[in-house]
Amino acid sequence: MTTMQRLSRVNAINWNRLQDDKDLEVWNRLTSNFWLPEKVPLSNDIQSWNTLTQQEKQLTIRVFTGLTLLDTIQSSVGAPVLMEDARTPHEEAVYTNIAFMESVHARSYSSIFSTLCTTRDVDDAFRWSEENPTLQAKSELILERYRSDDPLMRKVASVFLESFLFYSGFYLPMYWSSHAKLTNTADLIRLIIRDEAVHGYYIGYKFQQALAEATPERQQEVKDYAYELLLELYDNEVRYTESLYDEVGLSEDVKKFLHYNANKALMNLGFEPLFPSSVTDVDPTIMAALSPSADENHDFFSGSGSSYVIGKAVATEDDDWSF
Amino acid sequence: MLVDAAAESSSAGSIVYFSTKSGNTHRFVQKLGLAAQRLPIGREEPTLRVTTPYILITPTYGGGEVKGAVPGQVIRFLNDEHNRRLIRGVIAAGNTNFGDAYGLAGRIISEKCHVPLLYRFELFGTDDDVARVRKGVEEFWKRQT
Ligand SMILES: [Fe+2]
Ligand SMILES: [Fe+2]
Repeated sequence: MTTMQRLSRVNAINWNRLQDDKDLEVWNRLTSNFWLPEKVPLSNDIQSWNTLTQQEKQLTIRVFTGLTLLDTIQSSVGAPVLMEDARTPHEEAVYTNIAFMESVHARSYSSIFSTLCTTRDVDDAFRWSEENPTLQAKSELILERYRSDDPLMRKVASVFLESFLFYSGFYLPMYWSSHAKLTNTADLIRLIIRDEAVHGYYIGYKFQQALAEATPERQQEVKDYAYELLLELYDNEVRYTESLYDEVGLSEDVKKFLHYNANKALMNLGFEPLFPSSVTDVDPTIMAALSPSADENHDFFSGSGSSYVIGKAVATEDDDWSF
Repeated sequence: MLVDAAAESSSAGSIVYFSTKSGNTHRFVQKLGLAAQRLPIGREEPTLRVTTPYILITPTYGGGEVKGAVPGQVIRFLNDEHNRRLIRGVIAAGNTNFGDAYGLAGRIISEKCHVPLLYRFELFGTDDDVARVRKGVEEFWKRQT
């Protein structure tokens, strides 16, 4: 693409001379969020794991194997292609962090497996993942964009992976957590969910910057491609969701979660959300498992209005405050 | 800076907001279409001084730590006692992916300034968020005497 100026040579990176403050802001955020799976006491879930039926165990292992595939793609293909398109050395450095954390995410699922599951069940799930048509289709839809020579569409695909495709999988540990099952596993997944939000936000931000420089015709074209890709991924996600969750009766609520997150993925790209609130009303217990304070009674406008909500005591000792 | 003449002449207060270069909060405020003043992005620029009661809209920084959740530019603005006296409520942007820290900046400011946390929204907000906040803000100022 002629509109992009890729970094053609390597100079020593100087973090004290920034072209874009956002690079340092996100670098700081990512590095302060750093974690490893060893930090989470997964073995405390062994007892809980044993209360699941064989069918529920299989579903859980399959879901995590699907997530492992996405993290592997992002680590070994996604982040490296974004690096090629980086406009500043600091942006490139942020992608190296993202690439590494995706490896940590992928590694984490194997930690869950080795702690909770039998080798045979896990091997079966990996075989399943290689043969499952909808899982392979989503991987192919993304890889196709990564292989293309269009830096804008690479970022679009990347944001859809980060902010949309993971959520058919993330739903399940949130569901277990809302039923007081596999709560340590859910804690680990929440760390991943937190990382993915920063990844989607940052890649989306870089996308919007690059898009702003394109001609209006090109902007429209990219926007059309983006919605088209989202719908293609969405149709496939619906099939993937049904193939996994129909047997436990959760497909309809998972789809709401997909709509909710598809909207957020679009917003990360600067585009208007697509799904109306009538189809994004995810079960409140799932939302509470994701964000304990997400329910509406925490603020004045959504609550009855009778309760005068003052933030609950949080220790706020930030050096900058002077009162 | 959006200055809506109708809003200015009424007894209603205004909006003061902070938005980084990514512009999500800015976009939300634009959609509200209410009189609003944006805090300077540059850390070296002098902060704003307000003259009328206002609702503060701010993003939340960081990934869950209380320290650093409120953008420095917002802290600097609130450190001015005169500005602090005029705040009536706070609205926070955030992301539910940050779990407990969703909209944390709003909770911190609410507690420190003893004003209600009026609303939270994600990224640049949906149309529903915009409609709810517009209506909520209008009613809120009516109730303030
Ligand atoms: Fe990941
Ligand atoms: Fe990611």
